Amino acid sequence: MSIFEMLFGKKEKTNEINVQVHEKPVKEEVATTQETSRFEKKAKRSEHKMGMVTLTIDGRKVKAPEGATILEAAKIVGINIPTLCYHPDQSIKAACRVCVVEVEGARLLQAACSQPVFDGMVVKTTTPAVREARRVVLELILAHHPQDCLNCIRNQNCELQRLAEEYNIRSNRFEIVNKGLPIDDFSPAIHRDPNKCIVCGRCIEVCEQVQTATVYSKNQRGYKTVVAPVMNKSLNEVACIACGQCIHACPVGAIFEKDDTENVWSAIADPNKHVVCQMAPAVRAGLGEEFGMAPGELDMGKIVAALRQIGFDKVFHTNFSADLTIMEEGNELLQRLQNGGTLPMITSCSPGWIKFIEHFYPDLLDHLSTCKSPQQMFGALVKTYYPEKAGIEPASIYSVSFMPCTAKKYECQRPEMADSGYQDVDVVITSRELARMIKEAGIDVANIEPEEFDAPMGLYTGAAVIFGATGGVMEAALRTVYEVVTGETLQDINFTMVRGMEGIKEATVKVGDLDVKVAIAHTTGNARKLLDKIRAGEADYHFIEVMACPGGCIGGGGQPIPTTNAIREARIAAIYEEDASLPIRKSHENPAIKELYDTFLEKPLGHKSHHLLHTHYTARSKYPYEKKD
Amino acid sequence: MGFNKEKRIVLRHYGLVNPTSTEDYVNKGGYDALKKAKAMQPMDVVEEVKKSNIRGRGGAGFPTGLKWSFTAKITDADQKYVVCNADEGEPGTYKDRLVMEGVPHQLIEGMAIAGHAIGATKGYIYCRGEYPNSQKALRQAIADAKAKGILGDFDLEVRSGAFAYVCGEETALIESIEGHRGEPRYKPPYPGVAGLWGKPTIVNNVETYANIPAIIENGADWFAGIGAGNYPGTKVFTLSGDVVNKTFVEVPTDVTLREIIFDFGGGIVDGKRFKAVQVGGNSGGIIPEELLDTPIDFDAMSNIGMTLGTGAVFVMDETRDMVDVVKCMMKFFEHESCGKCTPCREGTFRLFKGMCKIANGEANANDLATMETLARVMNKTALCGLGQAAPTPFQTTVRYFAADYQKRL
Amino acid sequence: MTLDAIISQYRDVEGGLIEALHAIDNEYRCIPESALSKLAEAFDVPVAKVYGVATFYAKFKVGERGSNLIRVCESAPCHNAGAALVLAAIESNLGIKAGETTADGRFTLELTECVGCCNESPTITINEVPYTKLTPEKVPELLSKFR
Repeated sequence: MSIFEMLFGKKEKTNEINVQVHEKPVKEEVATTQETSRFEKKAKRSEHKMGMVTLTIDGRKVKAPEGATILEAAKIVGINIPTLCYHPDQSIKAACRVCVVEVEGARLLQAACSQPVFDGMVVKTTTPAVREARRVVLELILAHHPQDCLNCIRNQNCELQRLAEEYNIRSNRFEIVNKGLPIDDFSPAIHRDPNKCIVCGRCIEVCEQVQTATVYSKNQRGYKTVVAPVMNKSLNEVACIACGQCIHACPVGAIFEKDDTENVWSAIADPNKHVVCQMAPAVRAGLGEEFGMAPGELDMGKIVAALRQIGFDKVFHTNFSADLTIMEEGNELLQRLQNGGTLPMITSCSPGWIKFIEHFYPDLLDHLSTCKSPQQMFGALVKTYYPEKAGIEPASIYSVSFMPCTAKKYECQRPEMADSGYQDVDVVITSRELARMIKEAGIDVANIEPEEFDAPMGLYTGAAVIFGATGGVMEAALRTVYEVVTGETLQDINFTMVRGMEGIKEATVKVGDLDVKVAIAHTTGNARKLLDKIRAGEADYHFIEVMACPGGCIGGGGQPIPTTNAIREARIAAIYEEDASLPIRKSHENPAIKELYDTFLEKPLGHKSHHLLHTHYTARSKYPYEKKD
Repeated sequence: MGFNKEKRIVLRHYGLVNPTSTEDYVNKGGYDALKKAKAMQPMDVVEEVKKSNIRGRGGAGFPTGLKWSFTAKITDADQKYVVCNADEGEPGTYKDRLVMEGVPHQLIEGMAIAGHAIGATKGYIYCRGEYPNSQKALRQAIADAKAKGILGDFDLEVRSGAFAYVCGEETALIESIEGHRGEPRYKPPYPGVAGLWGKPTIVNNVETYANIPAIIENGADWFAGIGAGNYPGTKVFTLSGDVVNKTFVEVPTDVTLREIIFDFGGGIVDGKRFKAVQVGGNSGGIIPEELLDTPIDFDAMSNIGMTLGTGAVFVMDETRDMVDVVKCMMKFFEHESCGKCTPCREGTFRLFKGMCKIANGEANANDLATMETLARVMNKTALCGLGQAAPTPFQTTVRYFAADYQKRL
Repeated sequence: MTLDAIISQYRDVEGGLIEALHAIDNEYRCIPESALSKLAEAFDVPVAKVYGVATFYAKFKVGERGSNLIRVCESAPCHNAGAALVLAAIESNLGIKAGETTADGRFTLELTECVGCCNESPTITINEVPYTKLTPEKVPELLSKFR
C-alpha cells in the first residue's frame, strides 16, 4: 500500500476550511517589551551573583541590578534615553553617541548604552551639555545623509528620522554633503544605498554573528568609512544569502528590499492576464503590524478580501503546498530511511538557507531534501494543475507570491524554477510591499468584511500554518510521519519540544520501532553548527529542519519593520494559536491534497511529482566574484 | 649642549651602549634590575612602582603602579599580557624611536620586570609601521636576549602597526594586535581586566617601561624625589619646527617650556620672534609666549588646558599663520579618525572643512561659532582620546591667536 | 615568494592576519586582490573582514602600486618646513598627482602622516627609506636614482 493510500484512503472529505477570528494578546509597547526582556535577562543573571545598586537619574531614585547600564536603569523609571546604534538583540556598540548623559564627577559625557551603573551614581539626561551634544551628533549625521525622507522607503519608519523629530531639528548648522556613492541595485532581492548608511554596524553584526554569512564589513576609515561587501562588490556578486536580516538591523533606509509592486499592479491592469496569488503563513502573523495592530491581530479573511479588492483573480494559499511538501518530504525521508539514503536529511523550504549551504557547505548538498520549497511547488502547480482544472491558458497566468522573505525573490528567479514551462512564480512580494499595495489601494483592512480563499489551492491544515515558525515544518512532518508509519492516531499532536526560540532544538520521537532523532536550527549561524557536526561525522540525526531567519519565516527579511526577537516571539504565538484553531491540523488529512494526487500527481515521489515538485542544487563558492583560473 | 638641567634616566645608556650588543648592555649593568625584581615578590615590585609615583609617559598620565596593581591582583586568569605601546604617531615625536633603536634592551628589561610583577609570561611590542628600523632593532635584541636565557619564561613579540594613528589608543592597539581594524573599544571593561584576547593586559608606553629598570635599581624614593612631585622623574622632549636645536632632551619634570625652547633649544631660527608652541603632538594645545613659564609636568599642563602627551615640542615663529597650521592638523585628524563614533568621524571631517573655509576667506563668525560648538561636543562625547583631543589645536589657537582667525572672516 | 608561501608562514600566528598583510606588502608593495580569499582561508576569517582590515590601514593598498612607492609626509612639522613645495616638485617631475601611479608603473605617489623624522623635515620616504631635509631642487636628482 502506498503512503498516499495510507494517508487518504479512509479519510472523510472535508470541504470547508474555517477561517477563524482569534482573541489576540493585548498590544504592548514594542520598545518596552524589547528593553524589558533584555533587562530582565541581565537582572536574572545578576540576582544571585551581584546585588542591587541605588542611583539617581534626573532626581529620581532608581534601584537597578549591578551591571545594568544607565540606559536600562533609566527605563525602569520611564526615562527613554535616545539611541541609534543600539539594538535590543545585539551587542553594545557605543558608537553613535546619541545616548550620552552626564554622570556627576565624570569629565566626559557617558554613553548610556555602555556605561554600567554604580551605587550612588548621579545621572542627568537633559542638561544643556547633553542636549547640545545630542543635537550636534544628530545634525552631523543628518548633514551627511540624503535629505530625501519623502522618497525614502523608510519614511515614517526610520530611527534617525524619529530622533530628528523628537529633537525638534528644524535646520542644520552643517552644510549638507552627499557622499556620492553608487547605489547597489543588482540583487533581485536586496538593494543598498550606502549614502544613507550611518555606520552603526548593526547589519554587519547580524550578518556575521547571527547568519555567519559575513557579507559586510566596515571598509576604509574615518569619514570615508563605508559598510559594504568585499571590494565594494554588489550583494549579487558575493556569498549573500539574501535573507534580508540586514534590512531589519538597519535603523535607516540604507538596506531595503527590491520593490516589485509595480509589476503586480501592471499585471492586474492587464486584461489578458489571469493574476493569481499565494501567501505564506508567516505573512499574516506580521502584516497587521504595518497597520498599527499587534502581531497576529490581523484576520486572514480580511487579507483575502483585501487581495480580491486589489484585483487578484484567484487568492490561494502557500499553505496548500506546505501540506503537499509534508507529503513529498515525509515520503522522501521514509524512503531514505528504508533505502539507506543520505542522512540526516535536511529541509529545503528556506531559500536563504539553500543559498547558504550552496556557498559554504557545497559538499553537503546531498543532505538536502530534493523537495522544492512550498512557494515553488505552488508555482509549478499553479501553471499546470490549476489551469488544467480551471480550463485556463497557462501562458495567461501571472503568479504572485506574498512572502515574509527577501530570499524568495531570488529563489523564484533561479533558472531551475521553470518546470511548468514558464517561470513558475512570476514575482515575489514581501509583507512590507503587500502592506504598501493595500495602503495604496485605500483599503481599510481592519474593517473590511472577511472572505475565504479560493479552492482548491487555498485549502490547508494547521500543519501548514506552523511552517511559519521555527520547528513548524518538523512538527508538521512528525504529525504525518507518525500516523503514516504507525497507523495510529496521535494522542497529542502538539510536539512542543520542537517549538520555541532556542537556537538548536533536538528531540527523539518514537515512531513505531524507530527512534527518530531530529534537530531544528533557525538562523544559518545555528545551521552552521549542525553542518560542522555532520562534516565531522558526529551527527546521528535522521531529520533536520533549518530556517535561515531567526524564529523562522515569521522573522523573515521581508516582514514588517521593526522585527526584533520580542516581536518574533509574539508572531510565533499567533502562528500556534491559528494552528490550534483549525479543524484539520495534519497535512495528510488535507482533502485538497488528496484530490491533487488523485487527479493529477498520482502519488508522492511519482513521475510527475519528480518533474514538478523536486529540484537540484548548485555548488557555489564562498568567493563567487573570483574568476576561475 | 651646555644645558645643565638635562638628566638622563630613560636615555642613560643612549649612545653609550651598542644597541646591537646584549653583552654591552649587560656589562653596563643592564638586566641587573630584572634579576633584582625576580628576587622580589611580584606584589612588592608593583608596590615599588606604585611608590615611585611614576605616571604614564603616553597620553593620559595614569599612575603606572596603580594600573599594574589592578592586573596583578587578578588571580584566576589563565593568561595575562604585557603590552608596549610603541605606536608613536604624534607628529613631532620620536622619543620612543630613540629608545627602541638606541637602547632596545632597556625597554625589553622594563617589560620583563612588568611581566614578573603582574604575572604575565607573554608580551607584545606594538611598534608603528613607519619605524622599520626600530622593529628590526627590537626583534634582534629580543632574539638575542631569549637565546641567552635572560628573559626566562617571558616571551616577547614585536607587532607592526600599519599607518593608523588611532592605534596609539590602547584598545585600538589591542584590536590591531588581534588582527582587526584598529577601532577603540568602549570602556569599561578596561584592558587591565579584559584586554588582549579578553585577558588581563597592561598597556604602557615605551618611555614608561624604559624608566622601570632604574626605579627597581635605585628604589622608588629616589625616583619620586626627581622633578615635580605630582609627576616625578624625567621627560624626554623632541624639538621640531622653527627652533635652532631640533633634537631631543631629557629633563626633570619641573623645568619650564621656556627653558626647553630657549635654553636648550637655543631659541628661534634666524633670530625671528617666537609665536607659538604646540606640546604633545598634533592633538596638543598651541600656546603663546605668556604661558611658556608653565612647568611641563602633567598637571600644570592640564591646568592650562594642555596635555603633556608625548613630549613633542613643535615651535613656530612669528611668520607662521595659525589658520594654515591648524588646517594641516585638522586634515591629519580627518585622515586618522577610525570612523567608529559619530562625533569623531563626522566632526574631524567638519573641522577640516571648516578650516579650509576659513583659510579661503569664505567663513563668517557663525561658521567659527559652529566649529567651536562642535569642538566642545567632540571633547566631551567622542568615544576615545583621538576624537576628544582632535579639536584642541583649533580651540587653543582660537583662544590665544584670535587675530589670525579674525583677519580671515 | 608566492602569496601562498608568504601567507602560510603566518597561518598559526595569533592575530596573524595583519602580519601576513605586512609580509605581502613587503613583497609586492600592495595587496593583490587575489590575496584576499587566500588570507580568508588561511586565517579562517570571512573575506569581507579581510578587506575591511586591509583598507583600514593606510600602509596597505588593495590593488596595485607602482614599483617605487613615494610617500610625502604632510604632518605639521613637515608642512611648515615646506612639504607642499616638495610635493609639487615631485608631482611635476613625475607628471602625476598624489594618489596616482605613473603610466610606466614605476612610481606611485602617496601622502602620509608623520614618519618620525621631524627634526629633519621635510621628509619623504621612498620604499620606506626616509629622505630628509628635502628641497624642491633636490627632487630631480633623488628621483633619477629610481628610474
